[in-house]
Amino acid sequence: MKPLPRWADIVLMPLINIALAFVIVGIIVAVIGVDPGKALKLLVVGALGSSESIGYTLYYATNFIFTGLAVAVAFHAGLFNIGGEGQAYIGGLGCGLAILALDRYLPAWAMIPVAVAAAALFGAAWAAVPAWLQAWRGSHIVITTIMFNFVASALMVYLLVNVLIAPGSMTPQSRNFAASGKLPQVHELLDRLGFQVAPSALNLSIVLAIACCFLAWVFLWHTPWGYALRTMGHNPDAAIYAGTNLRRMTMLAMCLSGALAGFVGVNELMGVHQRIVLDFPAGYGFAGIAVSLMGRNHPLGIVLAALLFGALQQGGAELAFDVPTITREMVVVIQGLVILFCGALAHLPRPWLQYLLAPRAEP
Amino acid sequence: MTSAIELVAIDKSFGSVRAVRGVSLAIEKGAITGIVGENGAGKSTLMSILYGLYHADSGEIRVDGTPVRMASPHDAIAHGIGMVHQHFMLIDTFTVLENLVLGAEGGPLLAGGLAAARAELERLEREYGLTVDPDARVADLSVGEQQRVEILKVLFRGARILILDEPSAVLTPQETDQLFRILGTLKERGVTIVLITHKLREIMAATERVFVMRQGEVVAERRTADTDPEELAELMVGRKVRLRLDKAAPRPGEVRLKAEHLGLTDARGVKLLDDIDLEVRSGEIVGIAGVSGNGQTELLQVLSGIRPPTAGGFTVCGRRVDADHAIDPGAMRDLGLAHVPEDRHRQGMVAAFRAAETAILGYHDEPPFSRNYLLQTPAVGAHCAELMERFDVRPRLTGLRSSSFSGGNQQKLVLAREMARRPKVLLVGQPTRGVDIGAIEFIHRELVKSRDAGCAVLVVSVELDEILSLADRILVMFAGRITGEIPAERADERSVGLMMTGSA
Repeated sequence: MKPLPRWADIVLMPLINIALAFVIVGIIVAVIGVDPGKALKLLVVGALGSSESIGYTLYYATNFIFTGLAVAVAFHAGLFNIGGEGQAYIGGLGCGLAILALDRYLPAWAMIPVAVAAAALFGAAWAAVPAWLQAWRGSHIVITTIMFNFVASALMVYLLVNVLIAPGSMTPQSRNFAASGKLPQVHELLDRLGFQVAPSALNLSIVLAIACCFLAWVFLWHTPWGYALRTMGHNPDAAIYAGTNLRRMTMLAMCLSGALAGFVGVNELMGVHQRIVLDFPAGYGFAGIAVSLMGRNHPLGIVLAALLFGALQQGGAELAFDVPTITREMVVVIQGLVILFCGALAHLPRPWLQYLLAPRAEP
Repeated sequence: MTSAIELVAIDKSFGSVRAVRGVSLAIEKGAITGIVGENGAGKSTLMSILYGLYHADSGEIRVDGTPVRMASPHDAIAHGIGMVHQHFMLIDTFTVLENLVLGAEGGPLLAGGLAAARAELERLEREYGLTVDPDARVADLSVGEQQRVEILKVLFRGARILILDEPSAVLTPQETDQLFRILGTLKERGVTIVLITHKLREIMAATERVFVMRQGEVVAERRTADTDPEELAELMVGRKVRLRLDKAAPRPGEVRLKAEHLGLTDARGVKLLDDIDLEVRSGEIVGIAGVSGNGQTELLQVLSGIRPPTAGGFTVCGRRVDADHAIDPGAMRDLGLAHVPEDRHRQGMVAAFRAAETAILGYHDEPPFSRNYLLQTPAVGAHCAELMERFDVRPRLTGLRSSSFSGGNQQKLVLAREMARRPKVLLVGQPTRGVDIGAIEFIHRELVKSRDAGCAVLVVSVELDEILSLADRILVMFAGRITGEIPAERADERSVGLMMTGSA
């Protein structure tokens, strides 16, 4: 069998995988008594039907880009970072603490960069501990990063219940950020430029996400450090041979990964909640693994995969809202099937495609 | 002549590569038959088909004249065919007996199977004279003994036809002789033996009949008595080959690399390198001979800065390295030391990288490849194209995945990379492992050229022929120590071989 042409491998296969996932989804939806055609329409319209829904789709996609990139950068170094969830959580803590400390003194143009930097720093620091344990003590990073998700969660509950809680409040959340700690919403900016779009949660974080994609691409493929990082990921012995310090490189890769995951805090807290709240990473860290896998660990692929996941998140929410028999859990099932077909079963259609696309016997 | 095995018009393709093309051959019963060919000539593929590991696209296999289907190694074993692989399939922590019954345990409780195996082993020992302690742990056996266990394993399963794939790759010349004596005994007892090798000397020494394979085809069949190594080499390569390397007398200059009492002890306290003294001067090639696993790998690791020594030290181009003054491979490169690693797949290249990326491994953070913190992709590509041109790497595609090149071309690329900077000291591990004869000639000539240009070259190889033809001075390693030094003009296989076992 000849290998598939590149375009078929990169474009056609994922599309077929998604289509297969939706066929299964359709069957399940039909079984619980909903017309699959109607459900699909609701899903698509819910995700892309209006400027508001597109706004929300992009807002969700922003989170998926951050966590997808986080997984990809570590993955290129041969490290499986399962701790995106915790790193996002602690990144948000960093961002929130910076704002709570400084929002009364700094104007927005100074506050925003400081808060973004704090998110990166805290996210990186949270990833640095498992990285250090791996590099110097040989503790497996998969185990430690998973454990650090729980530690982050417990720490945040403690902090929000006992330390950061707004005085007089009954809910475990911090006081509201001042105006300087708020990221501009995209609909406001477009409004100022004369474009009318419906308000949504979409904020300037998406610009940061796109910038991160570009920088990650430059870093990985066009700098000597990225070269060394990928060498380590593919072949650690060759990296040692080349003179790379694997310990330092492990630290670098994980800190970058953690910083990227930490930016989820920027999108969620500075962009939406305007205060530190509980549980805002809401599974984005874990979904990042699927996003990265589906995007083939490449920034461009991650953007596309993040858009798909964002659309599923938004469209699924609308679907659950409109059709009472389809619950939130049903939407999770849909996402799960997409992950299953695009990730675990990604090569399922390959033999058929190879057969279909094989050059016919020449005369 | 009766044939134990006949292969008729066997064809096998992998993708677009036809690995075996219309091969027909007959293996004589109760004789030792050799199959020679370069790497990639299709010998191993052919034998894997015979052993049921691969399925032929077309063709027929006959055992004792009856056509059979080899769907898996089980079928092969059922027909009395056994294979001894190049890499041993033994479990180190098990005893000989436990290894023997592996896969043929004979019931849910081990004791019965083990007792039966012990009786059978005694019978085999009596019949074939293969002695080995059944209760010894495999890890405690020498390599030659481990190979004997492999052979016993195959006989234990009732094999009457024995296929040996490059059996001498891990043996000293003396152990090889011993192996051939065992094979002789087996032959006398009626066992049919197929010996796959690329070493012409062994074909000449052990076989009665030989098939030569080239590019998937059997190009010649000879009675061993009627042929000679020169003819076989020519048949293998398809053109005249000079087996001897012509080189001028060395003109040694200043000492570039000097090790004194160099030692390396691992975490368990095992001495991997023990009190090594050596000296390599500019303008000479020093060869290190020895059976694989006697410290050569570790010596290269220490000398290239990958592992720090734990005792003694060495000096490279004036820089002292010892336990307290460790150095990393990058700094070694800056001193003018280049290193062609023993195992190019594990160390020398990154299989998934493009050729151009592999061609800057270790030099990636230096100009002109890296400027202003950015990789200069055009410069990287141009550099690779230049190396490919100079070292005749084919195909000349800088964007091709490194793993898509043949072994010889990969090795040429790695060698080209390390020689490109005109190093002062060049460490070369197994310069021609997995490389075909045509490329071997080229690589040897390049090493001699760089010697003549004043480089100090240290070559480590388990191929004794290679050391004998390349080196100006030969050091022999055994059990982590240097057991002898001998100038090349006085060295021969016997004298060096004895030192390789530590008995001279």
